[in-house]
Amino acid sequence: MTDEPTTTPPRTVQLTVDGTAVSAAEGDRLLDVCRSLGTDVPTLCFGDTLTARNACRVCVVELDGNRTLVPSCSRPVEDGQVVHTDSDRVRHSRKLVLELLGSSVDLSLTEGVAAWNERYGADPGRFGEPAAPAAAGERDRLITGEHPDPDPDHAATVAQPPKVDNPLYVRDYGKCILCFKCVDACGEQWQNTFAISAAGRGFDTRIATEFDVALTDSACVYCGNCIAVCPTGALLPTAEFDLRAAANWAPERQHETTTVCPYCGVGCNLTLHVQDNEIFKVSSPSDHSVAHGNLCIKGRFGYVHVQPPRRRTG
Amino acid sequence: MFGAGGGTSSYQEVEDADLIVLWGSNARHAHPIFFHHVLGAVRRGAKLYVIDPRRTETAQWADLWLGPEVGTDIALANTMARVIIERGLVHQDFVEGATSGFEAFAASVQPWTLERGEAVTGVPAWAIEELAVAYARAGRAQLCWTLGITEHHNGTDNVLALINLALLCGHVGRYGSGLNPLRGQNNVQGGGDMGAIPNRLPGFQDLHDADVRRRFADAWQHPIRPEYGLNLSEMFDAMAEDHLKGLYVIGENPAQTEADSALALERLGRLDHLVVQDIVLTRTASLADVVLPATAAWCESEGTVTNSERRVQRVRKAVEPPAGARDDLAIIAELAERLGRPLGSTDSEAVWEEVRSLSPMHRGMSYPRLEALGGIQWPCPDEDRLEPPFLHGRLWADDPAERGPRAPFSVVHDAPPIDRLDAEFPLRLTTGRRLDSYNSGVQSGAFASPLRRGETIDLAPADAAALGVVEGETVRVVSRRGAVQAPVRLDRGLRRGLAFMTMHFPDEVDTNQLTIDASDPKAGTAEFKASAIRIERLTGPEPATPTAATAATATPTTPTTPTTPSADR
Repeated sequence: MTDEPTTTPPRTVQLTVDGTAVSAAEGDRLLDVCRSLGTDVPTLCFGDTLTARNACRVCVVELDGNRTLVPSCSRPVEDGQVVHTDSDRVRHSRKLVLELLGSSVDLSLTEGVAAWNERYGADPGRFGEPAAPAAAGERDRLITGEHPDPDPDHAATVAQPPKVDNPLYVRDYGKCILCFKCVDACGEQWQNTFAISAAGRGFDTRIATEFDVALTDSACVYCGNCIAVCPTGALLPTAEFDLRAAANWAPERQHETTTVCPYCGVGCNLTLHVQDNEIFKVSSPSDHSVAHGNLCIKGRFGYVHVQPPRRRTG
Repeated sequence: MFGAGGGTSSYQEVEDADLIVLWGSNARHAHPIFFHHVLGAVRRGAKLYVIDPRRTETAQWADLWLGPEVGTDIALANTMARVIIERGLVHQDFVEGATSGFEAFAASVQPWTLERGEAVTGVPAWAIEELAVAYARAGRAQLCWTLGITEHHNGTDNVLALINLALLCGHVGRYGSGLNPLRGQNNVQGGGDMGAIPNRLPGFQDLHDADVRRRFADAWQHPIRPEYGLNLSEMFDAMAEDHLKGLYVIGENPAQTEADSALALERLGRLDHLVVQDIVLTRTASLADVVLPATAAWCESEGTVTNSERRVQRVRKAVEPPAGARDDLAIIAELAERLGRPLGSTDSEAVWEEVRSLSPMHRGMSYPRLEALGGIQWPCPDEDRLEPPFLHGRLWADDPAERGPRAPFSVVHDAPPIDRLDAEFPLRLTTGRRLDSYNSGVQSGAFASPLRRGETIDLAPADAAALGVVEGETVRVVSRRGAVQAPVRLDRGLRRGLAFMTMHFPDEVDTNQLTIDASDPKAGTAEFKASAIRIERLTGPEPATPTAATAATATPTTPTTPTTPSADR
């Protein structure tokens, strides 16, 4: 009597993706199938440790018999589905998503965007010159339901100065696409700290602490599990932010090594991101059973004791 | 337990449990990612019970918080056991088939009526009964504990009391049910597994087992003496008695982490020779005759560590150490060489291969396999298969031969903390960790944490009001061993009579001047969790409580009135 969980093998369903017949396990998502076929589907708000939010719509595919395009990250496979990942409708939709996001948000640190823009012929500049960036705190003071008249000569943006209100990480919301992954990671899906949520409505929506207080006055416990899931670099460890700001960013001098956290006996895996023998970021492999990509403040930021100039011998 | 020194379950089983008891554990702060697994279970509908004298943030997630008086865990466990027996909730098949000593145990808990349990522990009878019944009835139940159980003069008995509960209900040896100590350091488990304890050889093999000794003697070409060594507390006793004159400390800061630090420093001072090997110049290292600068084991060298679910995982070198710092392995090997006993290769994988050749429970864990599987839980005797994620499944085997030795119940008796409360020392001080700090702060003190507030003496608001002290006011905290000064912090999670401090800032506030060097005779763990203290105001009118009497037990403390918090030395 060991009472081990019994796993019933899932049913298999048959579907067609871009003309290729494929079988998949019930419960899989269309995105899983596309990726298993080697079909590159762009994603931004999708996170492998989070429930799909369907926020960004860049992963949409066309489904025969379906009136609208469907987000592949969350749509379950069904028997007999006929899926098109590169139809005109799909390409057009992805192009527009990339243009709207690219015109209003700084995607310079978002992996894959440049190649996607090229593939889909997206021109984020076509809505005109970007409007002047908001002053610090200006967007946070916007009142829900009140909107100024639109400026026909400029593209609206979320540009604003980065928020630097604590020594550990920077919130650069000019890079935020509102994918909500940070909110979910901080909230009930992982950390259960609930320090941040969405505030405002429509284009004024932003991620904020309660009453927009500084992080140091918020419920934040600096686990950085929000940083871990952010796809656009809107949330960065201060060490990485400073390295980039100092124009000293040199991927060719960087390496990543995975080891085990020295604090406590849980055994979280730490991936140390190192440039010139200095750690600038700590992440955790999302596919590992101990931490599922999450860490606490000590694991995420507690590496400083091995860094110069704190430690020297002789 | 039952011959294996490790938690019985995997983290995934905690997530899949129906009921979780965290006993003497503030996992939300001390083991935050383990607590993610607990939260996963809670989100799924599992019941969470938290037993802690403090109403911690962990307790705030519980369906029910039980707040016993410090040091009454055995009373609580025995009362629960009596409820389970009286209510007919004992797992009869398991108790009859796989355990021994039930009758004597049942007789021993007979006096622990709910009324007596409530009177001794301070936990309402209905709460004790609810937990006992819920635990016994749960399909899958996890009993997890931390230093709130072990840092007592009777820590081993505390653990045995919890094991009794699991045996009564059959909550061990099957998927989802288990007994799990949450380890405080990343290789507490691995250190013990590798024989870095006084009575074991690598593979947690008993030094008194002649077959084991012979295998090691053959491999090492050197006889193994069948003598247990000393644990940490015994070493300090031996230092006091001048039996132990030389000490080699690796990666430990006993000058600041031993209970009753004045006593510990005095004993360290008696040594003829002190060698400290560490990654920075700790307080202990500053006392040493020789300091050996070492690499940081977690990021400047290669090897393995073992976590609380018995998962052996690789640590890897990510950064170059500072000039002059050497790998622990290289230092030990060179020392051995100079002593005329070369140890062979210092390559971490070669050493691991030697472990595999001598430790049956590690035999199946090659480096490539550890890499491919994200670590492997012991036991892993075979390279082509994995064992179940839980221990002691044999206890449920139908065949008595396969079932093996019976798991014994232990008769354990309530024994209150050594440091008694009285009129002179009326408050109970307990200690623990905060989320962003770690032990004596050697590592965690280096990063700028926005959460860090420095050391405080945390008091219940009612106690602070009675003492006439306010939040932020620096007070003197006095125990029978010493005194320190620290600012007051009010914590509504503390009941009247209970105070709390950490040991994260010993350079500013040396909390261990207060703690008592009363150790568990089996484990050698000191009673950090229970000191008797009083609070003295530094300014204003003297408190009404008498302070001058009974000089016999009071250690001399020179009254001073510094304006900043600092240790009285």
